[in-house]
Amino acid sequence: MVENRPFLSILTHAVLIAGVIIVAFPVYVAIIAMTHTDVTLNSGAPLLPGGELVANLIAVWTFDPPGAPPFWLMVWNSTLMALIIMIGKIVISIVSAYAIVYFRFPFRTLAFWVIFITLMLPVEVRIIPTYEVVANLGMLNSYAGLTVPLIASATATFLFRQFFMTIPDEMMEAARVDGAGPLKFFRDILLPLSRTNIAALCIILFIYGWVQYLWPLLVTTREEHFTLMMGVRQMAGAQKVDPQWNIIMTAVVLAMLPPVVIVIAMQRLFVKGLVETEK
Amino acid sequence: MASITLTSVKKTYHGNVTAIHGLDLSIEDGEFVVLVGPSGCGKSTLLRMIAGLETITTGEVRIGNTVVNRLEPAERDIAMVFQNYALYPHMSVRGNLEYGLKNRGTPRPEIDRRVLEAARILEIEPFLDRKPRQLSGGQRQRVAMGRAIVRQPKAFLFDEPLSNLDAKLRGQMRVEIRRLQRTLGTTSVYVTHDQLEAMTLADKLVVMNAGVIEQIGRPLDIYADPQSLFVAAFMGSPGMNLVDIERLRGLVADLPASIPSGTGTIGIRPEDIALDEPATPHFTISATLEAVELVGSESLIYANAQGLSEDVVLRSQGIHRGNPGDPLTLHIRHEVLHSFLRETGRKAAA
Repeated sequence: MVENRPFLSILTHAVLIAGVIIVAFPVYVAIIAMTHTDVTLNSGAPLLPGGELVANLIAVWTFDPPGAPPFWLMVWNSTLMALIIMIGKIVISIVSAYAIVYFRFPFRTLAFWVIFITLMLPVEVRIIPTYEVVANLGMLNSYAGLTVPLIASATATFLFRQFFMTIPDEMMEAARVDGAGPLKFFRDILLPLSRTNIAALCIILFIYGWVQYLWPLLVTTREEHFTLMMGVRQMAGAQKVDPQWNIIMTAVVLAMLPPVVIVIAMQRLFVKGLVETEK
Repeated sequence: MASITLTSVKKTYHGNVTAIHGLDLSIEDGEFVVLVGPSGCGKSTLLRMIAGLETITTGEVRIGNTVVNRLEPAERDIAMVFQNYALYPHMSVRGNLEYGLKNRGTPRPEIDRRVLEAARILEIEPFLDRKPRQLSGGQRQRVAMGRAIVRQPKAFLFDEPLSNLDAKLRGQMRVEIRRLQRTLGTTSVYVTHDQLEAMTLADKLVVMNAGVIEQIGRPLDIYADPQSLFVAAFMGSPGMNLVDIERLRGLVADLPASIPSGTGTIGIRPEDIALDEPATPHFTISATLEAVELVGSESLIYANAQGLSEDVVLRSQGIHRGNPGDPLTLHIRHEVLHSFLRETGRKAAA
């Protein structure tokens, strides 16, 4: 909008501010709740900070909630799950993109389209058959069951394919003349050139793995495999006693931190990896 | 260093599109051969077949005494310079130069010696530790050359290496490539569509059109004695004037009797048309001036003769002052005529 009328700017700002408040308010409540005792919280949510922040931050690590595993175990599970998904996806997709772009084999286009079509089938859509397969393979309540179905998807393959296609063919030909076989070309030329893309994808995929809720909820029934996203929910729901809101909210805020930190810290690298190609 | 021999080499794509129609060419050891032709004539394909980047449909390519049809590019022991340089962007200049040697398992002291040697020859020593993107176009070009030199291959293959440079730099690099090739004495095959490069670089010039060789010869021989209409029109800038013989007969009564029978087209180089009357036997055409291009050292004059379908171009030394519509008398000596057969477009035998 290039119009410059005071009334319109006030209106647009009002709408935006209202939006920000709607999004930010629950987060604010959670952060405030970190700083109070459970007694205060059970009598209604305060809007001003209290003095229990440090106590809650310490308590969350030692607290053993009924119906959920200890907080540190859930952090560990979530980290492991996010890392396995991230590494697994990148390894599989960069290798398959390499095959699709640089090798001529029968049904190459078909292979690409089959991979591509899975973009339209996220876990939520294929959740029942996927659960069936995972259950039949005996992978319920395991890290494999948590991660393998989420690793299989096309986003990263597609991104790497697009990037590889921007690399001039002469690069590969020059490497062939220089005596580099397919593996050497991949290791010496393609991997270093993909560095920023890999970094950007690492960020996206780590966060993708970290925030998974529905899938871990389905495949894990035993507490020792609970992840943070679903476990926090269990901390609040599965008890006969009053929920310890101060601890739960502290856990919630801590669970939100890794994605925030990663995005802030890696923002420039992230943008660079997605928009810039080094040729 | 080695000779390169192509025997009945043919390239067909997808079984039906033929890019190279069974072609023979022999390149002597140490010779500088330039393949020239318009885009799509198959010159790059031919070069890439020698390099091993394209498969050979039928026929045989030999480098030295080895048939290389089934060998990988690296096993053929050739080095290639690409049009867009294809330097590895993440490696320093030194890394780019070393890469091929490392892959061959050359010992470290030998690598260092050769890299320094090549850097010295190409005057890129100060840039050895820079990345390609920190270099100018001309410097990148030198690095690409360096990558070929360090390998000390049997042959250099150049795929339009100068076409990304500006005109001045292109001229410099052209001279430099020629000097370098003379010094090293390495067999070279050079693909270009720029006929200035073709004329100045080649020991042996190969003019290609539509997948066949039109003519092979020394550059000046090809210029002086083109064997087909295509070569006549392609070589030279501006190209040869090609005039239909019947139209010419209608214009000139005293055409020389030496024109062979069967001739369909007469070719005359722009510099062979004079405005002043020469002493040797000649005929004249009356024309009017259409336009003059002043290049500085010479003038290109476009003249329109009634009855000819296209303007005649002539080259005149110095600056020609004239206005469109001025009458001109074109003097053409008998010995400068090139005759081409109506049927085939080949040169007519005298």
